[in-house]
Amino acid sequence: MSAEERTTGPLEYRTEAGRMSILGFWIFLGAEVVLFATLFATYAVLFGRTADAPHPAELFEPSMTLIMTFLLLTSSFTCGIAIHEMRRGNAKGLATWLIITLLLGLGFLGAEIYEFVHYVHEGATLPSSAYWSSFFVLAGTHGLHVTLGIGWATLLLIQLARRGLTNVTSRKFFIVSLYWHFLDVVWIFIFTGIYLIGMVI
Amino acid sequence: MANTKKRIPTQHVIGFLLSLVMTLVAAWAVIGSDLPKMWVIISILILALLQAGVQLFMFMHITEESSDGGHVPWNMMFHGFALAAILVAGSLFTMSFGFDHGDMDMDDGHKQEQHSEHSE
Repeated sequence: MSAEERTTGPLEYRTEAGRMSILGFWIFLGAEVVLFATLFATYAVLFGRTADAPHPAELFEPSMTLIMTFLLLTSSFTCGIAIHEMRRGNAKGLATWLIITLLLGLGFLGAEIYEFVHYVHEGATLPSSAYWSSFFVLAGTHGLHVTLGIGWATLLLIQLARRGLTNVTSRKFFIVSLYWHFLDVVWIFIFTGIYLIGMVI
Repeated sequence: MANTKKRIPTQHVIGFLLSLVMTLVAAWAVIGSDLPKMWVIISILILALLQAGVQLFMFMHITEESSDGGHVPWNMMFHGFALAAILVAGSLFTMSFGFDHGDMDMDDGHKQEQHSEHSE
């Protein structure tokens, strides 16, 4: 399998194993799209069924949602810069930009937790109605993914400090960057499909 | 990779600015504009798809040379999104379309129509 090891191009693509891992991760992301699609479908079907709980339009605040969106969008950008630095062979730049990315991710997570607590205080809890169940499960699954991503990237940073940039570590960083960008893709649809449309209807 | 040596990742900066603009336009369409609801919903969904495209093509290097032009990534994402559209539109069609579930707040047909439109 290791027969063709390239000598040019990004480190993460040089070995067959590296290329296969990246390909496999794209297959995983395809499955993730479908996972979130089922949650979006549930949410769409249950839209408006708030029972005695508050209506989403009463609770959604444009400012809070925009702050969360910009935090995640910027973190996706800085994550892209981190990979750009990695491909220039700059391990320090990679670490710095990735840490900025994770801090922005933590900011997003904090804002989301604050938002959820606020909703619960207003009476919109997970068991309060079909609508709010689907809302918390959809937004919460995304939040869980962000949490996992932060833990995963933190472990990789420790590995980077110990082993430096190799074919293997750069492959792992490239994959975590795909994951992180993907979280922003999902968030764009949550931002549009839940928050913006929730404020229109 | 031709751009490995470049100091400033131009593509990322352009993508980031595009995303910011599209987010603000979408927010404005909802909060500030007087457009009919249906137009607002259609336009923000189109903006969302464009933004997803920015992420995939400009940030995630979906079609880069090293991954054989992105044949597999492109396939995975295309089929993932096709399934997503079928799942969401199909669920709405079977579960919501043309019915009001007897909900109190779903009493006008106009509302119901937009409801089924919004997910796509």
